[in-house]
Amino acid sequence: MNQSIFRLTLPILFGYLPLGMAFGVLFTTQLDYPWWAAPVMGILVYAGAGQILAVSLLAANAGLLEVFVAMFVLNARHLFYGLSLLGQFQGAGWRKVYLIFGLTDETYSLLTSRARSPDRHHEQMVDFRITFFNQCYWVAGCALGALLGANVAFDSTGIEFALVALFIVLTIEQYKALGDTFPLFAGAGAAALAILVLPQAHQLIGAIVVVTLVLLVQYRKLRHSLIEGGADHV
Amino acid sequence: MSDMWYLTGFIAVAAAATFATRVIPFLFFHRHTEHPLVRHLGRYLPAAVMALLATVFLQRSATWNNALPGFDALVPAVLVVAIHLWRRNALLSIASGTMAYMAILQLNLIQA
Repeated sequence: MNQSIFRLTLPILFGYLPLGMAFGVLFTTQLDYPWWAAPVMGILVYAGAGQILAVSLLAANAGLLEVFVAMFVLNARHLFYGLSLLGQFQGAGWRKVYLIFGLTDETYSLLTSRARSPDRHHEQMVDFRITFFNQCYWVAGCALGALLGANVAFDSTGIEFALVALFIVLTIEQYKALGDTFPLFAGAGAAALAILVLPQAHQLIGAIVVVTLVLLVQYRKLRHSLIEGGADHV
Repeated sequence: MSDMWYLTGFIAVAAAATFATRVIPFLFFHRHTEHPLVRHLGRYLPAAVMALLATVFLQRSATWNNALPGFDALVPAVLVVAIHLWRRNALLSIASGTMAYMAILQLNLIQA
């Protein structure tokens, strides 16, 4: 069973090892904390983009409330992953907590796309091992990168652009999955507005409030046209 | 020593915030998964947040008071988009953009 899970998670290994290493290198080259804090974050936080953002927050000595808001907002997409797995994780017992904890983008995409047998208990055990394997790859990447960054001296000026590049890539992937540019313009527009009118510390939260309001207005409009369209047939 | 306390608090808060986003649907939304508003936000919010984050952090990594304002970050950003649309390999796109940005800053390729 472990061998087939390894094969299934191999693409995640190729993704997590280098990305975890990028985080580890960033962590030790940008910050003055001991290298082992990087894999500890991989174990306890376990979020790709979240941990890379955490490096900028640590570098800025951000307040803990700001850290909570920033990490929550960045990971808010996970709120919607859970919604589609409510049934699949039902009755998984103690494993359920770990399955929920380990629900990263990549694990989610594997768990929702793989073929499943009717034996729910067995499938939940497979889900559990997939989640665990993935986290092992991630923690190994974080540790390797941190050791590398701590021991190999090189000019790392500008390496923090990895975060921007990651967000650009995730934006393109979201667009490809959705096929609609409206949320992209709404998000970029809200960010531009926040940059223009708010001090740096409040830009993220300000922009997220604005874009959520825009999406609520869009929802009301869509509902309205749906209801009016429906009334025509009565 | 106070640094280690800050780091400990930081990791605890970051872990709590991340776990919260993953566990909330299982705690509160199990009766509302079919609600059209939840579905609407689930469909559009992730894309909007990613575009928002890309914009905010792109603006912060750019220099705006030189002869070519913003070019030091915009050029690598365009490179990331182009390479990602071409090969659709996330790591390749991120690595190329980051190396381009590092080269521009370290070799001062775009003069102030």
